[in-house]
Amino acid sequence: MAAPKTRAKVDAVIVGLGWSGSLMAEELTRAGLRVVAVERGKWRDTATDVPPSVDMDELRWDRRRGMMQPQAVETVTFRNTPTQKALPVREWNCFQFGWNVGGAGTHWAGMTWRFNPWDFEVGTRVRQRYGTRETTPGLQLQDWGITYDEIEPFYDRFEKIAGTSGTAGMVGGQKRPGGNPFEGNRTAEFPTPALKDSRWMSMFRKTTAEMGYSPFTIPAGNISTAYTNPLGVRMGPCTYCGYCEMFGCGNWSKSSPQACILPALTRRDNFEVISETEVLRVNLAADGKTATGVTMIDAKGNLWEQPADIVVISAYQIDNVRLMLLSGIGTPYDYKSGMGTIGRGYAYQTISGASLFFENERFNPFIGGGALGVQIDDWNADNFDHSGLGFIGGAGIMGFSTGGRPIGMADAVPQGTPRWGSAWKRAYRDNYQNAATIFNQGTSFAHRDVFVDLDPAYKDRHGQALLRVTFDYNENDRRMAKFTMDKAAEIGRKVGAKHIETFNSAAGANTPYDQRSTHTTGGAIIGADPATSALNRFNQSWDVHNVFVMGASSFPNNGGYNPTATVGALALHSAKAIIERYVDERKPLVAA
Amino acid sequence: MSWLRRYRIAIGAVLIVCAGVLVVLLMRNGDTSADMVADDTAKAADKAQLDPKAIERGRAVAVAADCAACHTRPGGGRAYAGGYTLQTPFGDILSSNITPDRATGIGDWTERDFFRAVRHGRSPRHMLYPAMPYPSYVRISDADMHDMWSYFRSLPAASGDTGGTRLGFPFNVRELMLGWNLLFFRNDAPARAGEVNRGQYLVDVLGHCGACHTAKNALGGDSGYLGGGTLQDWHAPALHNGMQHGLGSWSDADIVAYLKTGSNAHSIAAGPMAEAVEHSTQYMPDADLRAMAAYLKKLPGPAETKPQPVAANDPAMVRGARVYVTACSGCHAPGGTGIAGMATRLADNPAIRAPDTASLTHVLMTGSRAAATDANPTAAGMPGFAWKLSDADAAAVLTYVRNTWGNAAPAVSAGDVAKARRALKARKPM
Repeated sequence: MAAPKTRAKVDAVIVGLGWSGSLMAEELTRAGLRVVAVERGKWRDTATDVPPSVDMDELRWDRRRGMMQPQAVETVTFRNTPTQKALPVREWNCFQFGWNVGGAGTHWAGMTWRFNPWDFEVGTRVRQRYGTRETTPGLQLQDWGITYDEIEPFYDRFEKIAGTSGTAGMVGGQKRPGGNPFEGNRTAEFPTPALKDSRWMSMFRKTTAEMGYSPFTIPAGNISTAYTNPLGVRMGPCTYCGYCEMFGCGNWSKSSPQACILPALTRRDNFEVISETEVLRVNLAADGKTATGVTMIDAKGNLWEQPADIVVISAYQIDNVRLMLLSGIGTPYDYKSGMGTIGRGYAYQTISGASLFFENERFNPFIGGGALGVQIDDWNADNFDHSGLGFIGGAGIMGFSTGGRPIGMADAVPQGTPRWGSAWKRAYRDNYQNAATIFNQGTSFAHRDVFVDLDPAYKDRHGQALLRVTFDYNENDRRMAKFTMDKAAEIGRKVGAKHIETFNSAAGANTPYDQRSTHTTGGAIIGADPATSALNRFNQSWDVHNVFVMGASSFPNNGGYNPTATVGALALHSAKAIIERYVDERKPLVAA
Repeated sequence: MSWLRRYRIAIGAVLIVCAGVLVVLLMRNGDTSADMVADDTAKAADKAQLDPKAIERGRAVAVAADCAACHTRPGGGRAYAGGYTLQTPFGDILSSNITPDRATGIGDWTERDFFRAVRHGRSPRHMLYPAMPYPSYVRISDADMHDMWSYFRSLPAASGDTGGTRLGFPFNVRELMLGWNLLFFRNDAPARAGEVNRGQYLVDVLGHCGACHTAKNALGGDSGYLGGGTLQDWHAPALHNGMQHGLGSWSDADIVAYLKTGSNAHSIAAGPMAEAVEHSTQYMPDADLRAMAAYLKKLPGPAETKPQPVAANDPAMVRGARVYVTACSGCHAPGGTGIAGMATRLADNPAIRAPDTASLTHVLMTGSRAAATDANPTAAGMPGFAWKLSDADAAAVLTYVRNTWGNAAPAVSAGDVAKARRALKARKPM
């Protein structure tokens, strides 16, 4: 292969232009830095790629994962325990890599959660309240090095950029009716009001309120009204079409880099995006203490070097860790010794719940939204006393109306229904208007035996090692899932379902082909201690100080929520530190 | 002397007088002595100390005159290097390179050459077609011309296009413009400071709004000042203060917002107007936009009687309502109110009632993109519906929006849509 051609040096190169990369680029270019963003996928534009005149094609986008990066480009290998041999994942289910400018922010569902304040300080708070009484061996419970109150202004900024719809539960220290009473304090209400209830949501809301819980509308990036964000970019009101997750939104209603940031960002002369180009590695200076830029390969196979003073890795959770390992940034985690940090703290999402079947209902499930739902947080985080339960954490329990897609709903029939033929058709017809789901989105905690590292056998098309995921649910998370599953079943009985089928992803061994959640986290986590975290509280590498790593890879534990708003808030928090401190200081922003 | 001979002499004398008169008229019409104020020695590409203030002023003049609209090829063309194809009813005209490149641009031009080309349509190479709006630019003040010359001299030279044509005979004979000018070119003197109202100067001279917004007759001459015109398959609506078709319902602030941001509560710029906003008006000073608005708001509107809307139970209206709900209401809203700055408000909108439906059929068939401006960068797009709507469905939905929510205008026929579909080379419905 020919030697790489060298491009003009810039202030910052951003690897991956999804939510984190776009937010970072917006901040850095507004501060006057010259920024080049490199994106592996292609340019994808609301008006041209997903126009509202074209009916949403469920087969293409959802079933065939039309927007995802193909496995031929890169996949992961997977195993449950460190003693097994990992095999490549050959079909996207729980792993969903974005494959376009906008990243996974283009095809996400839109649930725009803030984590609970407890999630950021799990280590301290668990020790204080329970000591070691409720925890199982091997859990790696540690604080993030940043508290909810410190990250709050950046959540607020992210929501204002995204136009998030919702009802606040706590503003300026005052509880608000209709909001989540367990949420951390907010500086302001949501930018746009909450979405309206579907029939199923109003039933779930009424029943859970009668049970003494506190239901509230899920904060949504499928926004309820027309909105102009602080960048001057406009969004349109959601039409409740129900084609959000796996799809691009043609109505400018779903928060995404395309809908919220790129129109303003791409007007700036100091910003450049190179699409369909893959970064192979971050190049380090001879002493290994700083990065000099990145080496990348374009669609024609030409190698390029992009020198930069700052390297921002925002390539998605899996690829962030992989790129660090491939580039020799930091020390790989060793589960036997517990030493090393890159690959440590991998976590997922622990899902359980109940499928409900009613009679003579008319849910009209085609009225939907990716984030359209009602939730109770009464059994989430540390909102209840775990004494004697043998686990920590919990789950947000939601009644959602994410859509009534014809193929997806074909499975929404009671167990035992024939898989085809007239009996199946009858069941599908009868249950389309009568099926509903209670979904528990549970916490997931890091464990000594769960990690990611480079696979010794499998390589990608460029001959670089794939990332190997070693994951199974730990005992803590299994207990939590069972506990909250029973709560979901109880709500199902109270709300009048005629038939209830509970589900619990954590009942058996985890498989990447169980797509209950796509939320993989950790592997390059933030923290206060360089011995147990890859990044400091500003998402800055402890080892290579001009490398900043964005994304859910930096979560030391996963909350009972979708990750996007926290990903966005961390990126904005990091950007502020880069602009206000790093560009002058050029050194670690936290002393090791 | 026979009667025949006397007759011949008389005819000859008349012809000589006529020819003499014609020569005088041609000389007066082609008189470029106003351009003598410009220097005729230094060439554009010659090294020179240029006054940065003059360059900056000249840049603003070039912006207000929207030179980039034609002289910069959209989609990545070098700034002012030409190569943009203007479609006229007579054929295609390519814009020329106006950077100081000696081979293909204006590098070998003197300032006087530049003045004569801009104000009188006479470039050193050949006579220009009035696609270059010299009939408007003829009144550009000497000061503005001097500044603009400095600006164009300051640009980096780029190799580009000398400005060819794809015109059939006889239109490819540039000397025909002598006659055209005689008929339609008013060789007015340049505006002098304080002489012309600033708003009118911007609208008529630099902005050359009439190039699109004034209808053209069969020979391409003006017909009905700013009363609306149709060019390149787009209808530029009337800018007078008529309530049915003009700007009667727009306030001064509405006009300023539209020119600054590309949209206002009534409308969203699309097609060539989106380009005008993107390249030109969004960058103009607010004071200039206010002056343009003040001038336009003083233009009297014709006495128009509002027609009776097509009855709601008319079969086309019933059909159109159905199409509207399924295809349009997601963005334009069930009540036709649209989304501010993104999807045009259809309700009570003069542009929707336009007498010429070229823009309506154009947008519906091929879609359109809102102007992207610093103030409203979103540039929301409407997808084309050519592939989806039959001629009858498209006509019905246009008839419906033209006769609902306070609108009343003649129905659109399936034939109108079919004609537009052909002209635009739009897809046939699936």
